[in-house]
Amino acid sequence: MTPPITLVQGAYIVAGLAFILALAGLSRHESARAGNRFGIIGMAIALVATIWAATAGVSVAEVGPVEVGIRGSGWVGLGLIAAAMAIGAVIGLDRARKVEMTGMPELIAMLHSFVGLAAVLVGWNSSYEDAAYPAIHDTEVAVGIFIGAVTFTGSIVAFLKLSGRIKSAPLILPRHNLLNLGIIVAFVLMTAVYVGLSHDATFWRHLLLGAITALALFLGWHLVAAIGGGDMPVVVSMLNSYSGWAAAAAGFLLDNDLLIITGALVGSSGAYLSYIMCKAMNRSFISVIAGGFGVEAGTGADDTDYGEHREITAEGAAELLAGAHSVVITPGYGMAVAQAQYPVASLTSLLRERGVNVRFGIHPVAGRLPGHMNVLLAEAKVPYDIVLEMDEVNDDFEDTDVVLVIGANDTVNPSAAEDPTSPIAGMPVLRVWEAHDVIVFKRSMATGYAGVQNPLFFRENTQMLFGDAKERVEDILKAL
Amino acid sequence: MRIGVPRESLPGETRVAATPSTVTQLVGLGYAVFVETRAGILASFDDAAYQTAGADVVDGEVWNADVVLKVNAPTDEEIERLRAGQVVVSLMAPALNPDLVEKLAARGVTALAMDAVPRISRAQSLDVLSSMANIGGYRAVVEAAHEFGSFFTGQVTAAGKVPPAKVLVVGAGVAGLAAIGTANSLGAIVRAFDARPEVGEQVESMGAEFLRVDVEDEGPSADGYARETSADFDRKAAELYAEQAADVDIIITTALIPGRPAPRLIDEAMVASMKPGSVVVDMAASNGGNVAGTVAGEKVVTDNGVTILGYTDLPGRLPTQASQLFASNLVNLLKLLTPGKDGEVVLDMDDVVQRGMTVVKDGEVLWPPPPVQVSAAPAPAEASRPPVEPPPPKEPMSPQRRLALMGLGAGVFLLVAAFSPQPFLGHFLVFMLSVVVGFYVIGNVHHALHTPLMSVTNAISGIIVVGAILQVGHDSVWISVVAFIGILVASINVFGGFRVTARMLEMFKREEAVR
Repeated sequence: MTPPITLVQGAYIVAGLAFILALAGLSRHESARAGNRFGIIGMAIALVATIWAATAGVSVAEVGPVEVGIRGSGWVGLGLIAAAMAIGAVIGLDRARKVEMTGMPELIAMLHSFVGLAAVLVGWNSSYEDAAYPAIHDTEVAVGIFIGAVTFTGSIVAFLKLSGRIKSAPLILPRHNLLNLGIIVAFVLMTAVYVGLSHDATFWRHLLLGAITALALFLGWHLVAAIGGGDMPVVVSMLNSYSGWAAAAAGFLLDNDLLIITGALVGSSGAYLSYIMCKAMNRSFISVIAGGFGVEAGTGADDTDYGEHREITAEGAAELLAGAHSVVITPGYGMAVAQAQYPVASLTSLLRERGVNVRFGIHPVAGRLPGHMNVLLAEAKVPYDIVLEMDEVNDDFEDTDVVLVIGANDTVNPSAAEDPTSPIAGMPVLRVWEAHDVIVFKRSMATGYAGVQNPLFFRENTQMLFGDAKERVEDILKAL
Repeated sequence: MRIGVPRESLPGETRVAATPSTVTQLVGLGYAVFVETRAGILASFDDAAYQTAGADVVDGEVWNADVVLKVNAPTDEEIERLRAGQVVVSLMAPALNPDLVEKLAARGVTALAMDAVPRISRAQSLDVLSSMANIGGYRAVVEAAHEFGSFFTGQVTAAGKVPPAKVLVVGAGVAGLAAIGTANSLGAIVRAFDARPEVGEQVESMGAEFLRVDVEDEGPSADGYARETSADFDRKAAELYAEQAADVDIIITTALIPGRPAPRLIDEAMVASMKPGSVVVDMAASNGGNVAGTVAGEKVVTDNGVTILGYTDLPGRLPTQASQLFASNLVNLLKLLTPGKDGEVVLDMDDVVQRGMTVVKDGEVLWPPPPVQVSAAPAPAEASRPPVEPPPPKEPMSPQRRLALMGLGAGVFLLVAAFSPQPFLGHFLVFMLSVVVGFYVIGNVHHALHTPLMSVTNAISGIIVVGAILQVGHDSVWISVVAFIGILVASINVFGGFRVTARMLEMFKREEAVR
């Protein structure tokens, strides 16, 4: 049976609404699961309607100028779609089931790259179509491919950096800003030429489109390669936004409002999320979008003498904790690396049973993904109402007996607040040093991602507990 | 180096610049401490206690020390006893006493004014104005209670019902807040007013009702003090005072802008409208007073029986406590000045705190210091942030320029739109609205949900699969193959994204659920 086009469009409107509800739901804990379900429902509706229309064709009095999807692709199409989706679903579900919560950033970065790749493929396919307004259509093809390709390689670099397969240090080519600008200018020029070319000049059109794709692929790689590992939370969120814009561009290309709505939703919400994070890190939003904003970080070793640090044993730490009334735990990426969230959660519940007021202070950019720490702590069943944001906990440090800094470094660095010449000056940080005692769990005295020495380690009220965070926390548990 | 602590010569001064406990701390910093005989006697610290703490109790020789710590500015006779190269630390009010600054400079000394500490978070431990204001605010209420003929707290007794006293505190700085807390703990009904609406929260946290006037928000001040206010604001505030004066029993005014005459807030008519037996404590009396009829240092009773207290020595009326806090502020200063803990004073002129306090350095007048910005941004939340100079001071765009840019953008868009086909604009409308919706719909997302939100938006952006589905199975095999791959990778995204989001959300449990 052939569905009328209005039915398909109606389904798209319903799906678009469901997606809006999904995003809105995800803003609050209480409604988050319902939000995810709305997303699935919306996706299901959109897929069913699209597959039906694509295979059976649509009956229309008037479809608009573009001839896409009027004739169905029949059983062959259905078979192909089902096969592709089945393979994709198996891979996707398998990945999602197996991924460690600490590996979440990599997975999300990798998923973004798929959207980018799909956008490039859709763009190339569309370039063979005849359109009522060829100039507009060709521009859309070029823009869609460009955004998709940037997302694709950018996400792959982010994935490789996050999973440690390539070095996370920023790679700065000479005159990288000029290079980025040059690529964009070249893209605009080539698009103009592409639009102006006759549709019969197939070879030249292919060549130009290929060049645009290659340029964009290079730009995506270059943008993200220039950003250091410590700034990855913003990058992942930015790529999320790019993948949305890529989908929206594809929507323009295919005259498909659902793609436009969804892409724009994802794009703008992702951009806003990045903006929130930039503010948290005291970075300029514009320079993030432009890429290579991690340049200023990573100053070389400095020779300042910070004095001596003092060590503490796990038993000593246990004693301090046993005598404390109020404890704040500030985790960082090190906790994720060591998989220490489970012993930390056990420690938390043990201390809480003894009547100690235990809370968590989470810096907005702790970890490699926004909210990374929250996810890990939730995995270990730490109740989320004792997991507080930086602003909620920062004024309480003065009245705190013991702060446990577990694998965090730059986010608790006092020089951000006190040393105007520091590369991270002005970045809001957790003021753990105001507490009575600070215990820092660390593998060695190496610097954090920003490459800045941390005077916290040399403070009088700070004691270092060296070693693997997980083992050390387990030692404390035993001693308690 | 040697530190000398002379006996205060100002008549009526009860405080002293060091206490036995701070002497111990100074000795710990590597200094030799000399205290003049009977220096702490009015503050209940006797000479023996100083000796036990490690000080030498001496006579006039204290003036030979390398560093002289005092409460009040040195008098002319005392300045005569100073010699070049000495460091003298005390209250100085350099803005009001240019003569004093000149005289100190002429002697070739280095003078640090404790009342010129910049009001930034880092310097709070040295801020004697705050610590003295705290004591003053407390004492103001005690003085008022002493003069006031009734209870502060309301009571129902066998002998009848006693209404609670009503207290109005004007100015919610440190002194005001201390007064609010004290009056509140005595059981009075406390109301407070301040020209800075952003302090309302602090007032309420101390247990008082914050009175507001209805004018446009003028934003927080840059230097941490209340500013002088607009005419419209002053008129409305005056109405408020007039209304309150007739109602309350006690008024405590604390409005003092350093280096300027105190603003006149309560005029004769308002005082006249107060009930007989009411008490006014004017904490700004030393700078002319906030209240009509205040006499600095005196108690005045008006014709209608209102007592106006203009005491200027309120902190000094708690000499032990005031000395202890003042001396602790001095110890904190010396900690800052003695980075090596070796008893050697090192003045760092690049440090805004030390630069701000240094009125005279080796005979050279350095007053006034360059301005220090306390709060970096108009957001009140920023006020507590330490004032590191932000690396690139970004100029906010002027409204005119922003408007011009927006106009330009709109113009360019209209030009493009004029040459676009109609269906494109239809899509563009949808696009634009979706952008706005996307922006607002996650506007107040909980921080903990950033990751699930990102993974769900990621799953949703897999909607691009729709595009590929529409392309599969058509004319050319090549297109179908490409579309097939597109569907495949986008499907990984859709299924993987939703599944992983669900998995994460499973883990977010509220406390009750966990137990």
